[in-house]
Amino acid sequence: MLSDGDRIFTNLYGEHDWTLKGARARGDWDGTAGLIAKGREWLVEEVKASGLRGRGGAGFPTGLKWSFMPKESDGRPAYLVVNADEGEPGTCKDRDMMRWDPHKLVEGCLLACAAMGAGAAYIYVRGEFYNEARHLQHAIDEAYEAGLIGRNACGSGIDCDVFLHRGAGAYICGEETALIESLEGKKGQPRLKPPFPAMAGLYGCPTTVNNVETIAVAPTILRRGASWFSGFGRSNNTGTKVFCISGHVNRPCNVEEAMSIPMRELIETHAGGVRGGWDNLKAVIPGGSSTPILPKSICDEVLMDFDALRDAQSGLGTAAVIVMDRSTDVVRAIARLARFYAHESCGQCTPCREGTGWMMRVMERMASGRARVEEIDMLLDVSKEIEGHTICAHGDGSAWPIQGLIRHFRHEMEERILSYRSRAAAA
Amino acid sequence: MSGRAGSAESFAFTADNLKAAKAMVAKYPQGRQQSAVMPLLDLAQRQLGWTSPAVIEYVAEFLDLPAIRVWEVASFYTMYYREPVGRYRLHVCTTTPCWLRGSDEVVRVCKEKTGLDFGGTDEKGLFTLLEVECLGACVNAPILQVNDDYYEDLDADRTAALLDALAEGRQPPVGTMAERLNSAPEGGRTTLLEADARC
Repeated sequence: MLSDGDRIFTNLYGEHDWTLKGARARGDWDGTAGLIAKGREWLVEEVKASGLRGRGGAGFPTGLKWSFMPKESDGRPAYLVVNADEGEPGTCKDRDMMRWDPHKLVEGCLLACAAMGAGAAYIYVRGEFYNEARHLQHAIDEAYEAGLIGRNACGSGIDCDVFLHRGAGAYICGEETALIESLEGKKGQPRLKPPFPAMAGLYGCPTTVNNVETIAVAPTILRRGASWFSGFGRSNNTGTKVFCISGHVNRPCNVEEAMSIPMRELIETHAGGVRGGWDNLKAVIPGGSSTPILPKSICDEVLMDFDALRDAQSGLGTAAVIVMDRSTDVVRAIARLARFYAHESCGQCTPCREGTGWMMRVMERMASGRARVEEIDMLLDVSKEIEGHTICAHGDGSAWPIQGLIRHFRHEMEERILSYRSRAAAA
Repeated sequence: MSGRAGSAESFAFTADNLKAAKAMVAKYPQGRQQSAVMPLLDLAQRQLGWTSPAVIEYVAEFLDLPAIRVWEVASFYTMYYREPVGRYRLHVCTTTPCWLRGSDEVVRVCKEKTGLDFGGTDEKGLFTLLEVECLGACVNAPILQVNDDYYEDLDADRTAALLDALAEGRQPPVGTMAERLNSAPEGGRTTLLEADARC
């Protein structure tokens, strides 16, 4: 188990002072100017060497992403945009970082801006997180007042503004280009790529969009060194990670652990185990709603990291572990997710707009058994027509949970249909 | 967050909100005032109680935008109430993580206590009942968001107690309604126990 001394988010549960005074006591804003003085290249290389991969779901190497930003400005300003539009069902880690450790995020904004030659950061917080946004805004105000950000931030010689922008209830704005559109004051509809944001993002300027956790861990990585961070987890899956464990466990919680921890150990050590014991486990969605569901047989052994979960035909996603015990109607659980994706489709691409609604309606019939067995294959086919055929990953995210269900629980769907038929025949 | 002023027919920011609105516009680069559409709609909604057609026209004029640009935003995002709502907006999350932890019970109690279906507002204007998608607090599921505040770890009894209190004009402490510290596991933490990590 990760030792407390190696945990980054030492106020994850909000037990201590979250304002500047408390943050400083926990080591934030310590020697920030000295880190900036080491230069842009050092900052990027150190993050690359740490092996940090984006914590928002896709797992793209952070240092590499930062290196895509133009080295020389062509006159346009450059921006960091922090994706705090946390809304992937199961996920609630960024919330704790913003309300209980907001200075880690603000300091991370400064360091990331320094690493990318950006002059300002916009933090896009989902609208429902009103109280979280208040804490974060307070931290930003404190940092300005203390000279930590703004002109000559921390006395480093660079200028860096940090602004908070609240969303208004649209899951799609967690997609980076939809988020940029929304930040520009428009409907949150994703943009075609290329151009990628690093070339033309916010206001047509070079922009990098990173998740809250990605930015909030950066200061600690830079202070303690890349090798400290890369010492946790397996190669290519390094670091510590905040996991959200929800559903049918005895004690749901958020917890920071080492990457690559076995799923069973994670659940049993920190969440009090599966309700009714490990043998009462039916399935787990390992990384937020978009990642395909896994049956117990895989959960027994699987490690919680990008590669292990990819090899299991699922994904680490946001590391939001949704646990379902044997009492769970998994068909209905996934049908509810199908409704979520249909509700949240922005309507721009036909396969997603029409397909998510169609899948929702078929899944609703599957959940009650009012379907034909052949329709399971039709559902699978349609999900594959949506996957990969849309501007953004919302289409993929809507298809994967259904594909996972069919892959592992087809028998349950068939039984449901047959039992409905026999009941209907008897009546 | 000043009191409610204005009516559905006409709208203008109060003096305080006018100041706040200008500060919001100043967050964005020159010529990019469109970025302030969302914060301004939110500010106006907090003043009036909902996002009326007059609010939309006013914000468009305030930012020197065609009204359609603001209409698009106001109709795309779910947090803008496009009709008048009650004093307490009950946003019940029913997405899978909340459903696994018993959101059906929260829904049942909300419907029984208020006599409303989703989308409804009672005659006294006290409650509006709304079904929402994932609120992002899943380890404290199920969740009921009352206006800006999350009530967490609910069950039927806790939901009933919460609604009774609201009906009497009392707002219980925000956050978890269980015996736990925010998102830490109930019954005691498994991490962050060492003194030097806890300063």
